[in-house]
Amino acid sequence: MRNILAIWQRRRPPEVEATAAGGLASVMAGQPVPYMERTRLYYRALGYESDYVWATFADVPFARLQKPLAEAKIALLTTASPPDRSNVDSDRVRHVWSGLVADPPERPFTDNVAWDKESTHTRDRGSYLPIEVATELAGEGVFAGLAAHFHGIPTEYSQRKTLEVDAPQVLSRLRDDGADAAILCPL
Amino acid sequence: MSLAARHVEANGLPTVIIGSARDVVEHCGVPRFVFTDFPLGNPCGPPYRRDIQRTVVAMALDLLSSASAPRTTIAAPFVWEDPDWRGRYGRVDPAKREELLEIGRRRRMSRAANRPRSTANES
Repeated sequence: MRNILAIWQRRRPPEVEATAAGGLASVMAGQPVPYMERTRLYYRALGYESDYVWATFADVPFARLQKPLAEAKIALLTTASPPDRSNVDSDRVRHVWSGLVADPPERPFTDNVAWDKESTHTRDRGSYLPIEVATELAGEGVFAGLAAHFHGIPTEYSQRKTLEVDAPQVLSRLRDDGADAAILCPL
Repeated sequence: MSLAARHVEANGLPTVIIGSARDVVEHCGVPRFVFTDFPLGNPCGPPYRRDIQRTVVAMALDLLSSASAPRTTIAAPFVWEDPDWRGRYGRVDPAKREELLEIGRRRRMSRAANRPRSTANES
């Protein structure tokens, strides 16, 4: 196993950027990986005849936090699945699932989503579902606390299923928990 | 996940995405985005690095209250330790052209056999 835990470097300070669409066709150090281009080329190499069409929108919704952050209850979302994959029904359809923040599975299932299995691993849940550090920050008063449940949303080829089925289901569960905002952490 | 963020946000709940596929997220268009320039799989920070994970989550929390407009991106101030990671994911090796075509053929057969029955006409 490659040692990925050795040396880390600080880069430039965080910067806020009002960004336009960002696909960069470069693998140079410091340039974001062009995943859309990379994925198109890979699937063509696999013999697929049509390129995937990623969702894109001119308009982006925006809602302001309705209370101070210190009083806000925040929910966490992941694209991982439950360890037993119990969110898949008898018709092989994957559903939104939820788990207790107070008793999360140690190793959610991640093999069914695309991530860089050569460069890293997902044995540390906190690297993609940061319950522990968020709980620490809540304990220090940064925000009021985590919502009781975290939620898992399937990564689907069908954008229609995400828009018409899964996203409304997530919204309903967030409201049931009294969440004021959500942090979404796609693998 | 970007589509879910947009739906939740459109219904009044602020959202922030922590993610590493910058082009995909920004192509879709989301309200708030903390970009972490890591290999896919560890958006919040490298495994077992609670210090980095904590900083990333703190940045996301701050962005929830500080962003004043949609499409606001913040880049986390960390780089992955292994400088060669960028070239690995999804690379196409020309020497393995036939092997890749065979992988694709098997994948299509597997997908056809395991396709969800209710969405069989969508993919």
